[in-house]
Amino acid sequence: MTEHSGAGPSMRERMTTVSHWWNAQSRAAQWGYMVPVVVFLLALPVLNPPIITTEPYTDFPISLFNAAVFALIAIGLNVVIGQAGLLDLGYVGFFAIGAYTAALLSSPDSELGVRYPWLVIVPIAMVVTMISGVILGTPTLRLRGDYLAIVTLGFGEIVRLLADNVDPLRGNRGFQNIARPGGDFPDGTPIFSQTDALGFYWLAVIIIVIVLLFMGNLERSRVGRAWIAVREDEDAAELSGVPTYRFKIWAFAIGAAVGGLSGTLFAAQVGYVNNQRFDITTSTLYLAAVVLGGQGNKVGVIVGAFLVSYIPDRFQFEPTYRFLIFGVALIILMIFRPQGLLGMRQHLLAYGREAYQKLFGAGAAVAPSGLTASSRARGDLAEAEPDDHAGTSPRGGGE
Amino acid sequence: MHAEPWINFDVGLFFDRFWANTINGLAYGSIYALVALGYTLVYGVLQLINFAHSEIFVLGVFGTYLTFLALGFEPGALPNLPLPAIILDLVLAGLVAMAVSGLAAVGLERVAYRPLRRRNAPRLAFLITAIGASFAIQQVIRIWRGSNPEGTIRLVPPSPVFTIFGATVTNLQIVIILASLAMFVVADQFVNRSRLGRGIRAVAQDPATATLMGVNRERVIMITFLVGGLLAGAAGLFYLMTIPQGAVYNGGFLLGIKAFTAAVLGGIGNLRGALLGGLILGIVENYGQSLFGGDWRDVVAFVLLVLVLMFRPTGILGESLARSRA
Repeated sequence: MTEHSGAGPSMRERMTTVSHWWNAQSRAAQWGYMVPVVVFLLALPVLNPPIITTEPYTDFPISLFNAAVFALIAIGLNVVIGQAGLLDLGYVGFFAIGAYTAALLSSPDSELGVRYPWLVIVPIAMVVTMISGVILGTPTLRLRGDYLAIVTLGFGEIVRLLADNVDPLRGNRGFQNIARPGGDFPDGTPIFSQTDALGFYWLAVIIIVIVLLFMGNLERSRVGRAWIAVREDEDAAELSGVPTYRFKIWAFAIGAAVGGLSGTLFAAQVGYVNNQRFDITTSTLYLAAVVLGGQGNKVGVIVGAFLVSYIPDRFQFEPTYRFLIFGVALIILMIFRPQGLLGMRQHLLAYGREAYQKLFGAGAAVAPSGLTASSRARGDLAEAEPDDHAGTSPRGGGE
Repeated sequence: MHAEPWINFDVGLFFDRFWANTINGLAYGSIYALVALGYTLVYGVLQLINFAHSEIFVLGVFGTYLTFLALGFEPGALPNLPLPAIILDLVLAGLVAMAVSGLAAVGLERVAYRPLRRRNAPRLAFLITAIGASFAIQQVIRIWRGSNPEGTIRLVPPSPVFTIFGATVTNLQIVIILASLAMFVVADQFVNRSRLGRGIRAVAQDPATATLMGVNRERVIMITFLVGGLLAGAAGLFYLMTIPQGAVYNGGFLLGIKAFTAAVLGGIGNLRGALLGGLILGIVENYGQSLFGGDWRDVVAFVLLVLVLMFRPTGILGESLARSRA
């Protein structure tokens, strides 16, 4: 983490250049680049490359699977925080609801007495979490900024405490034998098992790709533009005829559904759910992943999630110092790169590919130097000042 | 396993313990209120949820505890000292706790938040820094003192002083409630009447204009953190008096969330709101505990928050640090 935090403007410029180069490619070319990357990611646990592997400490496929679930969570949370600008500190609640839905519908310990297969559970869990997102959102999304933050934090705690206290949810004893997807490798071993996370990792990566495609289309749609409008200036959005309340609820619901999805994935791999994994610290780790990578940037949040999940596995710091290093790293990173490792990316979405290419040329590989991530973040394409962060400063914030 | 229901609705117990809960809640609520004042002050001036404030409070708890140790008290044993000596020791421990927390708060501001302000960082960066600082302080305490709670040092055992409506009031509760009220009054007067307090309100209202009018914004921010830290330190003393086994590295987490809840409940940025919110939260929590059972105490606190914000979106008294008379 430290090698990033020490980066100065040179690194910032380099990354801006990369993103401009990327944005200038045609969609087919982007796909052409993406496919090998995804294939490489899928092959990663099989290759088990010497330096990258976490092997002596943590099983590499399991570590990668955990990172992938974390990334999925970060993508979902990014809809709420990065796209719509709503600060959600209780996102772990949705993850928990997803995991518990899977447990209740498939574990023999459940009082419901049903054992649905995993593929049936996933849509049910997503609908349930979506509904819980709407239930949480309906009263609270009229609140702004920090009130929303504390209410969502309270919601996350309530979900956890319910898991503690409500008897049918079995508190600490938890649920065993949660359903996992079926299927065998040619040699007869199950693809999806608790001990070998390879199959689950592949499944997670594929789910991530699908969710990313869905999110990408959503971002470019009317809904995505409405979210950006809400995030940048809610009053202006409302005055321009954007039904902000409705779109905020949508953001909550969609973010929640992705959280539920990741919860079912997690529950299926571990095969066991109890009340121990859903505390606020976990929620803040999710938030940290999103902000670390760069809120509003899908690739960024995946990188952030990967770092938050993978670095502790890889380096296996003296467990004593793990969270201390994590906390200090967060502080240092925020001082040197407050917008996250990769900055926000919605200029394209607000103006459309054509407008972008008109400004920078179809094959433009180098961005105009005066354009920084944060000025672009406000959509000031025409007259951007490098140091004009006024719109996002803590006092002037439109949140 | 199912002999005992997982949720009660024990109206009898609720009425039986009504006054006892009220008084207990007032004492506990005053501790919330003192911590909540720190959240509210910083929020009023910087619009920042200072997540690390709960750790500032924990530092106060440890400051108290270590002073007790330094004064020669042993965990477990009940000291047999004359009353004036005990009061002197308590005051000393309180002063040390306030100094520790106050300095820590100012140091935190300088190390973590000031560089961000210099760089005009986005708002979320402040929040993440606060979370990072919270982790870091917590872990420093854990590495230093270990993850088990410290031994129990009880200087004064709670003893009933008088009864009101059948509820006994202990000496500790009286001291905590009165001392907290006194501190609240001092803080309130400081913000509303003193010259520095006027600076705080001016910056809360409009930092740019305040700076143009000659208010030293950085100094105001420093003083805000200092005052918040001092109050959190005092809360640390009272907390350890109420819960002597409470000195543990992560002991501030839930209390911090509750205190922030209290600040929001009363109307964040509003000193009187923090007091009111803290007291209400402390009392309602206790009622809920009688009514639904001990496991539901925290659920009641958060449900209360959601309910209040649904009907009064800016808290009971509204946000007013900035809007009160200049």
